[in-house]
Amino acid sequence: MMKYLVTGMFFGIILVKAQVVSWFQIQEMFKFQRFHMYGIIGSAVAVGMISVALIKRFNIKTVQGENVIITPKKFHKGQIFGGLIFGLGWGLTGACPGPIFAQIGSGEYIVLVVLAGAIAGTWTYGYFRDKLPH
Amino acid sequence: MIHTLPWYIAGPLMGLVVPALLLLGNKQFGISANLRHICAACFPAGISFFQYDWKKERWNLLFVAGILLGAALVSQHEPILPAAFSTPRGIALLGLGGFLVGFGTRYAGGCTSGHSIMGLSTLQWPSLVATIMFMVGGVLMVNFLLPLMM
Repeated sequence: MMKYLVTGMFFGIILVKAQVVSWFQIQEMFKFQRFHMYGIIGSAVAVGMISVALIKRFNIKTVQGENVIITPKKFHKGQIFGGLIFGLGWGLTGACPGPIFAQIGSGEYIVLVVLAGAIAGTWTYGYFRDKLPH
Repeated sequence: MIHTLPWYIAGPLMGLVVPALLLLGNKQFGISANLRHICAACFPAGISFFQYDWKKERWNLLFVAGILLGAALVSQHEPILPAAFSTPRGIALLGLGGFLVGFGTRYAGGCTSGHSIMGLSTLQWPSLVATIMFMVGGVLMVNFLLPLMM
């Protein structure tokens, strides 16, 4: 299990070192003023895509010797409505879920308010889930 | 800004988290799911969406604990948020924004990691729809709504 903690640490270190945790950086992204964030997300996707293609092409197994399974994501209206709602929150707080934890780790304790809001938002979604269009 | 890791190093390193989690134990990269696991562990309240064995997802909670620890190790003590967020009004806005993040990511079934990085890496078109909507929401907030609020 500790391997996941270490992978998370690796990710957290990059989030801070590349300033993905900065609210200012996210503002510049959504104002199309700086390429930095687009470069990060774009090159992360490119490396992820190539890695997954190689895993499939050469049938690379997990360390436990199992086949790699990728669960397909089903389309529903939530990706439209929920995606829009998340985007609004991301623009306002400058934090998507990963950076929330990295910001708190960086000592920006006011972001605990964002985390509390995010947990409350998730809970509220769970409460109203059956009534929402999917 | 002089110490900022350039995008062409940071991005590819982040992309490597996708194969790392797959090969370490068939795990799919996705951080916002942890918000659901926290609800399931702490406040299930009989809601069906939170009735599942969250302990099976402990690996992911450890992953975010790692993010927190890793960030603490390299914290750069540079301002992350503008001072405007330390007023009562700013704190209320942060809470509201967090609520939108939590509600929206779960409704969309993922966030920047689960949809934009993991989903696009595995060529899932619903993740492309989600990513476009993340952008639309962010652009609307930053350029049109936020100037009215702050």
